[in-house]
Amino acid sequence: MTLRLYLLQRLTAALMVPLIAGHLATIIYATHHGLSATDILGRTRGSLGWALFYGLFVLLASVHASIGLRSVCADWTPLRGRALTLLMWGFGLLLAFLGARAVYAVIA
Amino acid sequence: MRDVITVSIWRGREDGRYVAYQVPRLDSQTVLDVVTYVQRHLDPTLSYRFACRVGVCGSCAMTVNGRPRWTCRTHVEKVVQDGRVEIAPLGNLPVVKDLATDMSQFFEKWQQAKGVFTPSQTRHDKVAPIKPASAARVEVDKAIECINCGVCYAACDSVRWNPDYLGPAALNRAWTLVNDERDAGNKARLAAVAAAGGCHSCHTHQSCEQHCPQAINPTASIAGLKRRTIGAYWLGALK
Repeated sequence: MTLRLYLLQRLTAALMVPLIAGHLATIIYATHHGLSATDILGRTRGSLGWALFYGLFVLLASVHASIGLRSVCADWTPLRGRALTLLMWGFGLLLAFLGARAVYAVIA
Repeated sequence: MRDVITVSIWRGREDGRYVAYQVPRLDSQTVLDVVTYVQRHLDPTLSYRFACRVGVCGSCAMTVNGRPRWTCRTHVEKVVQDGRVEIAPLGNLPVVKDLATDMSQFFEKWQQAKGVFTPSQTRHDKVAPIKPASAARVEVDKAIECINCGVCYAACDSVRWNPDYLGPAALNRAWTLVNDERDAGNKARLAAVAAAGGCHSCHTHQSCEQHCPQAINPTASIAGLKRRTIGAYWLGALK
């Protein structure tokens, strides 16, 4: 783990705290008010606010998780150097793609 | 109290085995006393390392019942289980023979972490006054009593997983120098401990703090290095 990756992982963790709280609050609200999929999509489609909220969440989670996976693999697998970097970027881009796809599905 | 204990001692190198010996129990007997008895009376080919016998030199650390300990200050009474004690060389270090490990990498990492005092003045200058109650000196005091025994290094999961990791002892030493007002080597030191395998590889398991015979908390020192390196990075002093 280098200083920059260490710092980036802590920063993304700190920024995700309010987003996680907002996400949990959204889940609790939706289940307590018995919102159907149609109700939810009615509120999220075309909403710039929800697009920014979950878009940012996906981006931060992708960076945070890929650095974490790099650390785990550095400790528990024989992967080193370039292989670790490729794994980190590959996993991060995959998460970002899957997350962006999910956000697009509820916003567009 | 039984009058004899059965002690299983690691013999050979990495591919060695445990050999059992019967050793008389004595009052206030230490684990080092037991090992010495085996070498003096039962098998003179047993190799181990010790010097001061009073917890100062840091030479006699071994793995006792699976846990790294300083053997000269560990009473048999504290560790014996059903009349048995198992003694092995320290973990995370190559075994030279029996209970003696090769500690080269341990001390080389002290050098890598810039754990050497870099003077800012000459012998012709006045002695620098350091106030014992100053914040920096208080930090030094918490970490300075390390005896280089290698117990923390042997106990560290991060060392076991990452052979390039500098380890708790070297980083703890670096932290004492970072807080030494007389030292002029912090730029190179912070760069050394912030590089790959440095302080950011610590996962804060605190095994070092748990096992340190001097009751030092190297994890806290490493946390200090993390804060200090991040500060230096923000200020542009670290790339």
